[in-house]
Amino acid sequence: MLVPSLMDGLLLGFVYGIAAMGLSLIWGVMDVINLAHGPIIALGMFGIYLGFTGLGLNPYLMLILVIGGGLLLGVLIYWVAVHRVINAPHLSTLLATFAVNMIIIGIATAIFTTSPRNVDFNLGGFPVGPITLPWTRILAALASVLVTALLYLFLYQTRPGKAIRAVSDNRAAAELMGIPTSWILALAFGLGTMLAAISGGLISTFFPFTILAGSSYELKSFVICVLGGLGNPLGALIGGLLLGALEGIIPAFMETSWVPVLEFVLFVLILLVRPQGLLGSKT
Amino acid sequence: MKKQLRNPGLWLALAITAAFALWPALASNRAYARETSFTILKAVAFAASLNILLGFTGYVSFGHIVFLGLGGYVGFYLMDTFGLHLALAALAGGLSSAILAFLLGKAILRLRGAYFALATIGVNEAMRAFIKNFEPFGGPIGMTLNFGVYRAYGGPDQALWMAYIGTALLTIVVVLVSFLVKTSRFGLGLMAIRENEDAAEVMGVVAPNAKTWAYVLSAVFPGILGVLFFFKNGNIEPRDAFVLHQSIEGIVMVMLGGHGTVLGPILGAAAYQRLRGLLLVSPLFKNIQLAVAGVLLLIIILFIPAGAVGWLRTRFSRLRRVLV
Repeated sequence: MLVPSLMDGLLLGFVYGIAAMGLSLIWGVMDVINLAHGPIIALGMFGIYLGFTGLGLNPYLMLILVIGGGLLLGVLIYWVAVHRVINAPHLSTLLATFAVNMIIIGIATAIFTTSPRNVDFNLGGFPVGPITLPWTRILAALASVLVTALLYLFLYQTRPGKAIRAVSDNRAAAELMGIPTSWILALAFGLGTMLAAISGGLISTFFPFTILAGSSYELKSFVICVLGGLGNPLGALIGGLLLGALEGIIPAFMETSWVPVLEFVLFVLILLVRPQGLLGSKT
Repeated sequence: MKKQLRNPGLWLALAITAAFALWPALASNRAYARETSFTILKAVAFAASLNILLGFTGYVSFGHIVFLGLGGYVGFYLMDTFGLHLALAALAGGLSSAILAFLLGKAILRLRGAYFALATIGVNEAMRAFIKNFEPFGGPIGMTLNFGVYRAYGGPDQALWMAYIGTALLTIVVVLVSFLVKTSRFGLGLMAIRENEDAAEVMGVVAPNAKTWAYVLSAVFPGILGVLFFFKNGNIEPRDAFVLHQSIEGIVMVMLGGHGTVLGPILGAAAYQRLRGLLLVSPLFKNIQLAVAGVLLLIIILFIPAGAVGWLRTRFSRLRRVLV
């Protein structure tokens, strides 16, 4: 009983990690908590759904489109909503991104309604000893690892990636070195929302969802970011695994409905005792 | 105190609040007007209490609705199980929220900026998840008031008027308190914390205590409000009591009117509720009312961050005497 649910939880944890990584990246680079994270996760889900049921595309092929769309949407959100208040107090950026949340949810609810959807896609299972793991979850976990690796490659080996790290270290100095900081911030914001869209897309291959489903993953992302340290992308992945493992283990000992109670109590406790996260913030 | 009472700004704020409260007495369809006024007064009381923490002290509580929900639950439980009178239940609800705020204040108010905002979201979600599992409060189904309870107040109609009058009086008290805080030494300390907490401490403001009391003050009124509101509603569920969205709507109201002013939250709350009502009945915007509200919020944040009253105060300095 414990082993399969733990395996399930861990595989899911990788996908949670990707969602949290997006939040963490944006926080680390520009000190903004993106409250539009949840709706973008939901848009990722609906991207896969529309491609699969509307056009009959393979979900993993469709994911490439979702990646592009997520990046562009993020850059757009940055320029419209965040750029003007990037140096204002936290309240302004929190409310600006929340306004984006309301706009996306408002429009998408009018289009898609809040009825539940699912991507009816099944690749069978992969037997590991006595248990069987669904391929969709294994692929989602593998995709998450791949995305993390590519993100690190991008941040450490390419010029724009290095520019993002420079801007996150010291924006004024980066500007003086000739880095177009505003565009770099927009790019970082785009990457953050792209990660959210990817995680939504991957989740849609094995869970049913509604347009409002993103908010619970957004809250999980907060918990994970605090576990792994705000602004530390790799920490987010490890935090995701921790949360996934918790979700796998707790139901063995008590009712499933207690899982969120423990998650949020843990969240508040970590904020109090170690606000820099279990693994420390920033890389 | 006497000098404070001569301030025209206080009387303007109280007069506007009283006008909202008295409107149902003059309207032709009194029950309908009462419901409209109830929504507005509830919003005003919530926004004005939130403003004590958000506007004066500069701490963003994203999960402030937790106090309304918890107070409502405690009061509702006492009325439902022990048949306690509404007035006593309301006080108990306020007290329980105040205690929660006091305990939390000792802990999470150490966090600054975004960390505090995140922690308040966590507290609200933890409380909702806990109540969902807490059997005495009805678990996920919640509680429903026995119809007989209303008989003690002279029938349901009388009971609704009583809840309304309670809310109206509470709103007036909140406005008065927020004015007294703003013009007191305590309030000056809070505003010093808002501008620069470290500097305030150097100047002799005992920041941890001041912040905790501001948090308690801003929590006690939503607690009472919750009891009155859910008494009027007749039932309470975790889903309705801890809506994160409503917390944020509260922040929007404060921002719309002008944070850190006494009049701002009153006007902001009334305007927001009015606008929401209009959007909900308009055939064009009915389906996308949330998106329209989002666009409005974005415009305010980006272009008028001080809110309506704040903008008037900077633009016309003569108005500063009247617009507190």
